[in-house]
Amino acid sequence: MKFDNYMILEFPSKSANEAFARAAVACFAAQMDPTLEEMGDIRTAVSEAVTNCIVHAYPQQIGMISLRCRILKDNVLDIVVKDKGVGIDCIEKARTPMFTTGGADRSGMGFTIMESFMTWFEVSSAPGKGTTVHMRRKLQRKK
Amino acid sequence: MKLTSFLQDGKLTIALAGEIDHHCAKEYIAAIKAKIEAYVPDICVLDFSEVGFMDSSGIAVIINALRCMNKIDGTLKVSDLQEQPKKVFAASGIDKLVNITEVYK
Repeated sequence: MKFDNYMILEFPSKSANEAFARAAVACFAAQMDPTLEEMGDIRTAVSEAVTNCIVHAYPQQIGMISLRCRILKDNVLDIVVKDKGVGIDCIEKARTPMFTTGGADRSGMGFTIMESFMTWFEVSSAPGKGTTVHMRRKLQRKK
Repeated sequence: MKLTSFLQDGKLTIALAGEIDHHCAKEYIAAIKAKIEAYVPDICVLDFSEVGFMDSSGIAVIINALRCMNKIDGTLKVSDLQEQPKKVFAASGIDKLVNITEVYK
């Protein structure tokens, strides 16, 4: 696949890195000249994906999270968030709104928000091996 | 976490500020619960005017505040949402559970 530019980041699953990850993606995406709303959507989706890694993939220990962003043709931002954590038993269940294994301080809305804020969204996982969230957002070109 | 509050005529206003994500959500949940339990207000207003960003962790903050207010038969309101938090509210469907006031001040 052809792409114009890309970046790869790797960081430990510490919750302080949620803000870092969404800020880093927002800075990278700035070259695509997104609208304020598009920027907000991208930051939200990245925050959800990285939070999932921290809360669910590595519940008891600190593990590595990798984040890759690419700019594809037609002004599409492609984002992959990958972990090597516990994996998801049933992806369908995990994507159900309000379903969470995270306790009272989690809303169970992470996947729902990623799906509704991105133009394309896919999650693949194997128990014990990790989870990959792949999402794309087409940005409108400013005139 | 940045949070200020004041109580007037049974109405507790809690103003949140900054970005709400999983990193700080637990602190917000505990702080709001403590305020509601201490003051037992009729109405609790969560003022979001200074919240520039929130993800679904913010929804959990609201749901927990709603639980606290339901326990004392009170009403929870959320006011002055900026555009990004407003969109997260709408996507989660929580705008159907909580009264959102556009202009509070």
